[in-house]
Amino acid sequence: MAEKNIPMREALRQALREEMLRDDRVYVMGEEVGQWQGTHRVTQGLLEEFGAKRVIDTPISEMVIGGAAVGAAMAGLRPVAEFMTINFAFLALDAMINHAAKIHYMFNGQFKVPLVFRAASGWGNQATATHSHTPEPIFAHFPGMYVACPATPRDAKGMLKASIRDENPVLFTESIALYSKPGPVPDSDEFVLPIGKSEIKREGKHVTLVTYARGVEWSLAAAQELSKQGVECEVIDMRWLRPLDMEAVFESFKKTNRCVVVEESLPLYSFGSEIAAQIQDQMFDYMDAPVKRVSAMDVPLPYAHDIELMALPNTQKVIDAVREVI
Amino acid sequence: MAEISKNTLLDWYRQMVLIRQFETRCDELYRDKKITGVYLHLYSGHEATGIGALAAIEKRDHVITAYRDHGLALIRGVDAKPLMAEMMGKRTGVSGGKGGSMHLASRKHNFWGGYAIVGGHLPLAAGIAQACRYNNTDEVVICFIGDGATNNGYFHESLNFSQIYKLPVIWIIENNLVGMGTRIEDASGQPILHRRADAYGIKDLERVDGQNVVEVYNRVKEGVEYARREGPVLIESMTYRYKGHGVSDRSYDKRLADELKDWVENKEPITILANLLKTEHGVDDHQLEAIVDQQLKIVEESVEYALNSPDPDADDLVRNVYVE
Ligand SMILES: Cc1ncc(C[n+]2csc(CCOP(=O)(O)OP(=O)(O)O)c2C)c(N)n1
Repeated sequence: MAEKNIPMREALRQALREEMLRDDRVYVMGEEVGQWQGTHRVTQGLLEEFGAKRVIDTPISEMVIGGAAVGAAMAGLRPVAEFMTINFAFLALDAMINHAAKIHYMFNGQFKVPLVFRAASGWGNQATATHSHTPEPIFAHFPGMYVACPATPRDAKGMLKASIRDENPVLFTESIALYSKPGPVPDSDEFVLPIGKSEIKREGKHVTLVTYARGVEWSLAAAQELSKQGVECEVIDMRWLRPLDMEAVFESFKKTNRCVVVEESLPLYSFGSEIAAQIQDQMFDYMDAPVKRVSAMDVPLPYAHDIELMALPNTQKVIDAVREVI
Repeated sequence: MAEISKNTLLDWYRQMVLIRQFETRCDELYRDKKITGVYLHLYSGHEATGIGALAAIEKRDHVITAYRDHGLALIRGVDAKPLMAEMMGKRTGVSGGKGGSMHLASRKHNFWGGYAIVGGHLPLAAGIAQACRYNNTDEVVICFIGDGATNNGYFHESLNFSQIYKLPVIWIIENNLVGMGTRIEDASGQPILHRRADAYGIKDLERVDGQNVVEVYNRVKEGVEYARREGPVLIESMTYRYKGHGVSDRSYDKRLADELKDWVENKEPITILANLLKTEHGVDDHQLEAIVDQQLKIVEESVEYALNSPDPDADDLVRNVYVE
């Protein structure tokens, strides 16, 4: 497949555009997605191309953005509803958790809810305590909704297209810090990645680094550094928090017998907790060291930049954690 | 309506100039990367609404707002120094450098803070008012609301709640015609926002010219008297943001060129007040310039103070997560 080097926001835009061209039930709605051209410029140009019927600027009303997407999806449309940032998705939690994720089950399969909630996520920009959440694992807590967290422009495109085509509700989060980072993206409208499939982003035999989204960048940088010292890390990008591809983790762990989990979110009741728990449960006989976790610190996020960065995971913290298990 | 004294008007002029200078300086400091981050929402253009409204309450009363909060903090009497220090994320800032531009608060000024989740502070206002009634005081709460915030569920629930329990809240919509980029007529089924009062049975004090500080004062005064005795009121103050939504909104001056020009040339709150002082009270340009110079000095001192203040440290990062 021919590839082009483009930033993640453009890869996402391609995915939206291609799916809108492919299926006229697909439409976009959210705050400032149209005339403003998208807060993060993902939806840039879509209003001009598809018109106001399919690119809908909404009021600042997360509750109804979330809930109307559920209703429209039940009624046969394929909404892609955008929350300007995931912090504001908290206002729509009820629609997302009680309805999007439950309706198919609760009515015994009578209704499908094929929607995508897109939300920008992450911190490191002094956005402060209310605007700096990375709560992906919270959403992944609930059965009934998939959670997608791409780390590269290529994955972003293939995963968003898969999410739009799937019959289930998907929360699709996009790391703000990754929007402008370029990477090779297949130049084809049939490039779709499977739901729930992880990818080994780097092979190695000494330690398995399990991660997703921004954590992939920190993990790859750490792996590169450690490799110079003879430590080979295998970096698994989970890509989806639900479905969670534990088989891939177990396969790798059988080879490395060591694991460090790397995530941007908070440490308690977390992605790291889940991976570590499943490894000790299923892989006990293969364990040569405790599973270590690298995450954000267990604090709200302050405005002042230096202390904000102190609380954020980074490459060095990953390197330090790997050193503890080898 | 009570006659407003020359001294009061001069003080309002002083406050207006202080806010405008403070905001202009924040804008420059952001461009010079002395203030960093992604959020900085300036109050330039809104001054008359804030000043007129807060002149109508007492120190014992309460104020709460959204993230466009610098001006209101200054009007409430918070010193410019710790405010500017907060903009720079310094330990000497009103919120210790942890809140930033959007989260200024000063407990001792009954300034209950700026809040960055649209609509999120409305139920807080209702709760503060509930405490006022609970404690048998006659204190009132002024809650500022963006026009865009009137369309989320918080608005509906809070206004309804306030009327049921006759809570002493003066709900003031600062209608600057746009949310971030979406215009009020594209976002509101009923774009004449004060009419929503009817839906909740709340006393409707209608629209006021938010660029005319005297008119704002008189209307809010009426609202405060009502709220102390009876219950909530809703006021819609028509105003305009001169610097776009926030610092990340870089195209507002092109996008809104004609409208902006009209509001700056014909509805500039500082000019309106200056004209009143000159024509009715014999104040001359010289006097007004002296006020401007004083305020410039105050702002410059606040910048010096902030620049020379220490940053928060690792202990500050983990302090105040819980009450200890
Ligand atoms: C719940 C929520 N949704 C979206 C946002 C992003 N946002 C911040 S300010 C804003 C516009 C608010 O407009 P308005 O209430 O009119 O206030 P103004 O900025 O005009 O003072 C938006 C959409 C947010 N902070 N919170």
